[in-house]
Amino acid sequence: MRLSALFWSFFRVGIFGFGGGPSMLPLVHAEAVTRHGWLTDEEFADILAIGNTLPGPIATKMPGYIGYRVAGTAGLVVSVVAVTLPMIVAMIAMLGVFSRYRDVAWIRGMGQAVVPVVMIMMAQLTWDFFDKSRASLGWWLSGLIAIVSGALIYWLGIHPGFIIGALLIGALIGPGKAKKKASQINAKEPT
Amino acid sequence: MIYWELFLAFFIPNIIGYGGGPAIIPLIEAEVVGRYGWMSSQAFAETLALGNALPSPIATKMAGYVGYEVAGIGGAAVAVMATVVPSLILMVAALGLLYRHRDSPRVKRMSQWVRPVIAMMMAWLTLSFLLEGVSTSGWLHTAIIGVVAALALLRFKVHPAFVVVAALVYGGVLLG
Repeated sequence: MRLSALFWSFFRVGIFGFGGGPSMLPLVHAEAVTRHGWLTDEEFADILAIGNTLPGPIATKMPGYIGYRVAGTAGLVVSVVAVTLPMIVAMIAMLGVFSRYRDVAWIRGMGQAVVPVVMIMMAQLTWDFFDKSRASLGWWLSGLIAIVSGALIYWLGIHPGFIIGALLIGALIGPGKAKKKASQINAKEPT
Repeated sequence: MIYWELFLAFFIPNIIGYGGGPAIIPLIEAEVVGRYGWMSSQAFAETLALGNALPSPIATKMAGYVGYEVAGIGGAAVAVMATVVPSLILMVAALGLLYRHRDSPRVKRMSQWVRPVIAMMMAWLTLSFLLEGVSTSGWLHTAIIGVVAALALLRFKVHPAFVVVAALVYGGVLLG
């Protein structure tokens, strides 16, 4: 039964995939290519490349699309539910208990103590994103985009959606300057 | 209309957030904490800590939990749908078109141009967690937890779940 194979495959991906979307991809590969042969290696790479041209979490795009390929819309729904639902329920249950006892001093202390941990995790993500950005755009352009967008968002209070939207449209339909940058990018990031 | 607001609060970050789940976190924070005020910065940090300690995609865990907090099971469903459905529809419907352009430099530079903005928003969020930690736990505790967590996560590659659990124990004993 294909739907149950899809469900259990992506259920495993969901409960063993720590560290957010991109780090779950090897598990998706292990299930979809190695274990079940739903896709070839090449198809997997193509679908991943296509998934990366779209916004949104990669760890739901891959299972959703693979589910669709294998068993149509029902496959898509089953795969997305299997990869996401178990831990959403776990989050709601655990945080629900936690916030019910928030008035207890030591429970509140527990909540306070995770803030600096999350700060470190976020600092690490900040560095990863800036470093990747520096590798593809260089210090100057990355720094410039970061500073200008930061000023617009936090100083002038413009919604980040407008700034990112403008950059996306600019990247897609932008003129000749693109060629120069594109060739630099290709030189630095061989594909 | 709370469902509509929830939909927008998760649809917008996910339709502009290039770079996978983690890229979406600062965009969601801007909506959930900044714009709609559904959660305090402290509660958002707690949610993110638990989210990072558990497996499965971070974007859907955040959406499911925030949606549930704001409007119950219906809210969770709306927020998760807003997170996963739009890009899946695009992927299924426009696969041929996307396939032809997957190596196009224009398409590639879309995510490259967005990345510095995301990095900036992440830096801002890092700073706001720092200020939040200092104002609730004081400089000393924030510095101790921060330094130990940094060493554990970055230097010794300890699993985030253990680091979060250790912080919970520390907080329960020393900050209670």
